[in-house]
Amino acid sequence: MSTPQTLYEKIWNAHVVEQRDDGTCLIFIDRHLVHEVTSPQAFEGLRAAGRRVRRPDLTLAVPDHNLPTTARLDSHGQPIPIADPESAQQLEALERNAPEFGIDYINASDAKQGIVHVVGPEQGFSLPGTTIVCGDSHTACHGGLGALAFGIGTSEVEHVLATQTLQLTRSKSMEVRVEGELRAGVSAKDVVLHITGVLGAAGGSGHVIEYTGSVIRALSVEGRLTISNMAIEHGARAGLVAPDDTTFAYIKGRPMAPSGANWDAAVAYWRTLATDPGATYDKVVSIDAADIAPSVTWGTSPEDVLPITGIVPDPSAFADPSKQEAARKSLDYMGLTPGTRMTDIEVQNIFIGSCTNSRIEDLRAAAEILKGRKKAANVKWAIVVPGSGLVKQQAEDEGLDRIFTDAGFEWREPGCSACLGMNPDKVPPGERCASTSNRNFVGRQGPGARTHLVSPAMAAAAAVTGRLTDVREFAS
Amino acid sequence: MKAISRVEGRAYPVGLKNIDTDVIIPAVWLKTISRVGLGKGAFESLRAVPGNVFDDPEYAGAPILIAGDNFGCGSSREHAAWAMADMGISAVIAPSFSDIFSGNAFKNGLLAIVLPQAAIDRLMEVARTDDIHIDLETQTVTTPFQDRFEFEIDPFRKHCLINGVDEIGLTLKSSDAISVYEAKLSADRPWLAPNPV
Ligand code: SF4
Repeated sequence: MSTPQTLYEKIWNAHVVEQRDDGTCLIFIDRHLVHEVTSPQAFEGLRAAGRRVRRPDLTLAVPDHNLPTTARLDSHGQPIPIADPESAQQLEALERNAPEFGIDYINASDAKQGIVHVVGPEQGFSLPGTTIVCGDSHTACHGGLGALAFGIGTSEVEHVLATQTLQLTRSKSMEVRVEGELRAGVSAKDVVLHITGVLGAAGGSGHVIEYTGSVIRALSVEGRLTISNMAIEHGARAGLVAPDDTTFAYIKGRPMAPSGANWDAAVAYWRTLATDPGATYDKVVSIDAADIAPSVTWGTSPEDVLPITGIVPDPSAFADPSKQEAARKSLDYMGLTPGTRMTDIEVQNIFIGSCTNSRIEDLRAAAEILKGRKKAANVKWAIVVPGSGLVKQQAEDEGLDRIFTDAGFEWREPGCSACLGMNPDKVPPGERCASTSNRNFVGRQGPGARTHLVSPAMAAAAAVTGRLTDVREFAS
Repeated sequence: MKAISRVEGRAYPVGLKNIDTDVIIPAVWLKTISRVGLGKGAFESLRAVPGNVFDDPEYAGAPILIAGDNFGCGSSREHAAWAMADMGISAVIAPSFSDIFSGNAFKNGLLAIVLPQAAIDRLMEVARTDDIHIDLETQTVTTPFQDRFEFEIDPFRKHCLINGVDEIGLTLKSSDAISVYEAKLSADRPWLAPNPV
C-alpha cells in the first residue's frame, strides 16, 4: 500500500513538472485569473522580452479592484467613462492586454463581471484538485472548492503567463479541525475570524492549511469559500477544504466546468483527493465550535478578534511586549479606550461586500436581518456590493435589493469597492465601518478609516442599531 | 534582475511587527502601470507621525530596514517591493516575513533576511548610530562592534540573487518538460480544458 497522503500532497504531487535537487519544484498551473492592478507590469515585461502567453486558454481576465461601483452604462446603454484618469488607464491597459495576448476578458458591463474570486467559482473556472493563481492574496479563497490556490506577485504573474508554471518549494501542512455544532448567530465568517484570533496573523506562516471537521463539512460552498478566503489572514499560503458532494453539486452545470462524460471523469478524480486515513500534518489545531461566538475585530490586525460580547482589551494585558506596543498603536488609530464594551462602539459606515462575503448566501443573511427595518440615523453610508453581476441579478430576482434600499442601503455594481481604498468607495478619515471584508489594516478602507470586521448578518445588525451589535439580539 | 551580493550602510530601525503591505504602500498608489516612482508613497502612514525614522536626516538614503515579525503580511502587491526599492532600500532584516512578500522581494533583488528576535534587538540598537553590513556570499550580518549573525537562505535564491538570474528565462529552458507534462495532462485529465467563457 502506498503511503497515506494529505489533500495538499496529492494536489502538489499531481502538478510537479520537474524537481530540482534542492527540492524546488516546477509546478504546473491549471488556472490563472488576471485583474487590472497586478498585471500591467507583467504584460509590459512580456512585451519587452518578446514573450507570448503560453496558455491563454487557462487564463481569464476580469477587472474588479479599480472599477467604480456606481452605474456603468448611461441611459443609452453606453459605458460611462471612469473619472479617475489613473484608474481609467489601468483598466484600459487590461482591456488592451487581454486581446493582444489572446486571453478571455470579461468586460465591466458584462453580467459575468465581478470580483475575480467570486467569478472563478461561479463560472466553473475554478475546480477541485487544480492549481489556481492570481495576483491577489485572497486567491486562497478558491481553496474552499478543494483547489490549491494562492496569491502571487506581479513577477510571478509574468512567470505564469510566459511558462504556465511556477518555481515553488513545498509548504508545510496544517490541519485546522473545527468540530461540534455552531451556536446560533455564528456564521462561516465568525468561524474564520475566530480561527485567525486563535492562530494569530502569522500562525499559518509557511503552511498550507486544510480545514476539516464536522463544522466545515456542514458548510455550504459559499461558507467554505469565506473560510478559505481568509487563510492568508492567519498567514497561510493557501487554505483547502476537501471536495465532497456539496462541492460537486455546486460546480455541476456551471458554464466553464466539465460536462457530459467529462463531468463523470472529473468527479471520479475529485473523489480520490480527500486526505487518506493515517496521513499526517506537520501541525494540527483543534477548535471547538462551542467556543465560537459572533465575532468582531477591535484593532488593526485581523488577529485582533473578540466575541461581540467582549470589551476592548488593555494593551498591557498582552504578554508579548511587541504586541503591547502594536495594541497601543492600534487602539490609538482606532480611537478606542480599553474597557469599552464592543457593543457600545458606534459606527457611521456599513460595507457589505468583498470576495469574503458578497455571494448570494451572504446577501440573504444580511437581508434577513434588514427586512422591515431601517438603518440608524447615525449611519451615514451603507452600501451593498454584490460579488458579481450574476449575484446581483439573482439577489434582484429574490427581491433582496428592495430590502436593502428600503433599509437605506445603496445597491451597487459589482467590484472590490470599499474593501480597499483604491476606487472611489472609501470610508472617511476617523470614521468607523462595520465591514464584511477581510482586512482591518491601517488605511485599508481609506486613509484614517477605522475598520471592524464582521459577518454579513452582524454588519446588517450594526446598520440597524448604529453600533456594533450582537446579531443574536435580532433572533426571531 | 540586477545582481546583489553585499549591502552596507545605515538601517531604518523600525522594529514593529506585522508591518502589512498597506503600510508599506497604500492602495491608492497601486493605480500605476509602471514599476518605478512608488517610493514617494512608501510607508505613508508611518511617515505621517512626527519624528518618524524615514524623515530623520540621520537615516536619509539608508539601504537597510529592520522590522519585527511577519513583515510584509497582507496583500500580494509587488508594489511593496518596488516601493522599497524605489526609496533605495536593498535589504530588510526581520524575524519572519510573509511568504508572498519574501517571494516578491527576491524577484526584485531585495534581500529579505531572517534573524532571531535577539539579533534584531541588537541590530536595532546598532542601527541608531552605526552602519550594518550584509554579505550574501558568507550569509552574515555584521556590525562595527564585532557582532556577527549568520542567516539561512535557499541556495537557489542565493544563486539567482548573486548572479542576477532571469527566472523566466531559466524556466523557459524547461519548455520541453512542460510540453511533456501538458501532453500527459490532456490524456489523463481531459476535462481540465475549460469551456470558453
Ligand atoms: S474584494 Fe478585497 S480582498 Fe477581495 S480581491 Fe478585491 S480587494 Fe482583494
